[in-house]
This record gives sequence, C-alpha cells and structure tokens, in this order.
Amino acid sequence: MSMLTTYLSWASLVLGGFLCVSGSVGLLRFPDFFTRMHAASVTDTLATGMILVGLMFQAPTWIVFGKLFMILVFVLLTGPTAGHALAKAALHSGLKPLLPGKSGKIETDANPSTGGV
Amino acid sequence: MESFIHVIILSMLVTTAIAIVKVKDLFAVTMLAGIYGLLSASFFVLMDAHDVAFTEAAVGAGISTLLILTTLSMTGRFEKAADTPGSNYKPALALALVTLTGALLIYGTQDMPVFGAADAPVQTHVVPRYLNDSAAEIDIPNVVASVLASYRGYDTFGEVVVIFTAGIGVLALIMSTASKAPVALRASMEEHVVLRIVSKMLIPLILIFGLYVQFHGEYGPGGGFQAGVIFASAFFLYAMLFGLTAARKVVNNTWVQALAALGVLLYGSVGLLAMINGGNFLDYNFLAQDDVHGQHMGILFVELGVGITVASVMIIIFFTFSTRRQRDGDPD
Repeated sequence: MSMLTTYLSWASLVLGGFLCVSGSVGLLRFPDFFTRMHAASVTDTLATGMILVGLMFQAPTWIVFGKLFMILVFVLLTGPTAGHALAKAALHSGLKPLLPGKSGKIETDANPSTGGV
Repeated sequence: MESFIHVIILSMLVTTAIAIVKVKDLFAVTMLAGIYGLLSASFFVLMDAHDVAFTEAAVGAGISTLLILTTLSMTGRFEKAADTPGSNYKPALALALVTLTGALLIYGTQDMPVFGAADAPVQTHVVPRYLNDSAAEIDIPNVVASVLASYRGYDTFGEVVVIFTAGIGVLALIMSTASKAPVALRASMEEHVVLRIVSKMLIPLILIFGLYVQFHGEYGPGGGFQAGVIFASAFFLYAMLFGLTAARKVVNNTWVQALAALGVLLYGSVGLLAMINGGNFLDYNFLAQDDVHGQHMGILFVELGVGITVASVMIIIFFTFSTRRQRDGDPD
C-alpha cells in the first residue's frame, strides 16, 4: 500500500472517530430533541461513512472494497431516512423545536412514538 | 485489549437489562430490548461465533423488536401501575422466582468446565471430530453449516417444527377472520413520502440479500434461519409503509400458510428420500451417487426448507397481529 492511501485512510478513520465522540457528546449535551437527533444522525451517517471510507482505502482486494462500498450506500440511504422519520414523528406528536426567544423550557425527553407500526 | 472490550460490552448488557426492568414506557423497553440483542450480537462476534451473532442480530435485534412493536400497538404503550385494581403485580414472588432460578443456574455451572478449558469434553472429542473430518465428509467451508444441517440434522428439524408450531399456535389463537371482510383502512404512514421512496429502493435489496444469505450459508455465516427472517422483514417493511391491504395483495394468506408447511415437508422429505435410498433418516450420503454430493444436496434442500418455513411463519405472525389490530379499531 502506498504512503498516500495510508495517510488518507488514517485521516478518514480519525475524523470518523472524532465525529463519533463529538456526536455522542452532542447527544448528551444538546438542549432539545431535534438538536440531539441532529447529533445522533451525524454520527449515524457521517461518522460511519468516514470510518467506512477509511477502511475502503485499506481494502486488500476489490471484493472487500465493493462490500464496504455497498455498506456505505446502505448507511447513506438508511441513516438520513431514520433521522427524517424520527423528526417527523416528533413533530407529528406535537413536539416543537426549541427556538431562541421563547420563554419556558420545552420538555426534551418527550420520547415521541411513531404512532404504531 | 479484547478482554477490555468484553468487560465494556458485558457491563452495557447489564445496564440495558436493568433499564429494561426499570423503565415503564413499553415503547422504550422495546427499543432497549433491540439494543440488548445488538449488544449480544457484538459479544458473539468477539467470541468468534459469527453464525450465532448473525442470528441474534437478525432475530433478537431485528424481527422480534418489530413483532413486539406490533403487539404494543394492540396492548397500549405504558405498563400498568402496580396499584391498579385487579392487577397481578407480585414483585416479591417474581423476585424470589428469579433469584431461585439464577441460583440454580449458577449452581449448575459449578460442574461445567472453565470456558475455553483445553480438557473440556467438547474440545477433546466433538470439536476435533467435526473440524478434522467435515472437510472430507461434507466438503463445505462453513463447518457451522455442516454441523447444523448435516451432523445435527435431527436437532435442526426439531427447531423448524418448533417454529412451524409457533405459527400454527398464533393462527389458532388469533385467527384473522377479518381478512375476508374488505378492510378499507388507510395506511398509517401513507403521507410519508421519503420513507416510501427509500423503502421502495431498499426492499429489492433486502430480498436479494435474503437470498444471498440463504444460498451462501454453506460458505459464510448465514443459512435458512437468518435468510428467512431477512426475507420476511422486507414484507414487514412493505406492509408498514403501504398498508395491510396493499401487502395482502402481494402475500396471499392461503399460500403463505401452505408454504410454512411446505418448508417442514421439504425437510422431512429429504430425510425420507434418504431412507428410500437405503440409508437412515436424514442420512444425506444416500441422496446422490457419492457421499459428498449427497451431503451438498441434502444441506441445500434442508436449508431451503428452513428458510421457507421461517419466512412464512414470520409473515403469518406479523399479518395476524396487524389484521387483528385493524379489526379491533386502530388505537393510534
């Protein structure tokens, strides 16, 4: 493996790892459901994506590369969709985003249901 | 390093279990149960049990979460308070029972060899036998598949019959009489354009992946059980997003019930064919001219039978639950 792919691979892996950690911190620290969900879906999509890209640089054969690429496509399809479904379910069940200038704190752990399956 | 990861995952498992007991919101409990399944699957991967991990991820984290969610939409979302009149809430009795069972289990492990001990019976005759001889006798790379489908074919037959019985049990208890009447109910997620488009892209991929897992089970982790569950989950997704009425047009009730029986029948027929050819029940060596070919054919058909039965029973259970929910009036 050439030097360049090694560096690119490690850069992607470290970035992915950093996004994982920052996403988890955001999930714990952000004020309301929607911002937390944003942190979670960034971890879902971008962090997982960066880690997969990092692994793709190190793939020993094209078959491994192809499999990782298919996982990446799957994650890029499902991650944002899950985030969208969560946000939509939250709005649907009456949870409003926390906006600046509003007085009174909005309950952040309302835990909205998707309204049945 | 590996034992460090073991400790982390096991403590997360314990935390999840405590949370499941503590939380009163059954929707959250369902999600926690899914997380529990996923953590167990990671733990199995660490122990190099990839087939078991795959099954746990597909069944424990995937389809059972969906089935419990379907059940929840019938029963209501919150646990009843302990002081509800007529409640059977007896925590002392339950605690005593759990403690007793746990103590008996721990007592039972005293007689077992230490995990991974070299002189354990499993390491001295069963494992060497399979690992050394299965290459010559069965000649497929995944030894787990050869143990499951060939060496332990009787046990797997029993498991398939258990799944089939579960399907019959659900049908007998809550037979969906409503399927005859025209159900003109809206799909609960009709307005979700993004979800519908993405799921339309994913459903064919899920079905193809299910078939891959089914027929690649001899070469890598997978096999009939996992494949059946994955295959069925594509139908679940369709039914959730496009409504039961649309899904019923795809899946004919009578046919699915017939298929559930057909899978078991296929498995049993392979065994009977071996008997007709002069061997014992499920002795695949007698299926073809030479032993290895017979083993390959036997495993292929047996796994196919498993896959058909598992997929059909899962679809039957899901549809029966959902139809009943619609008939009783959609509580959401």
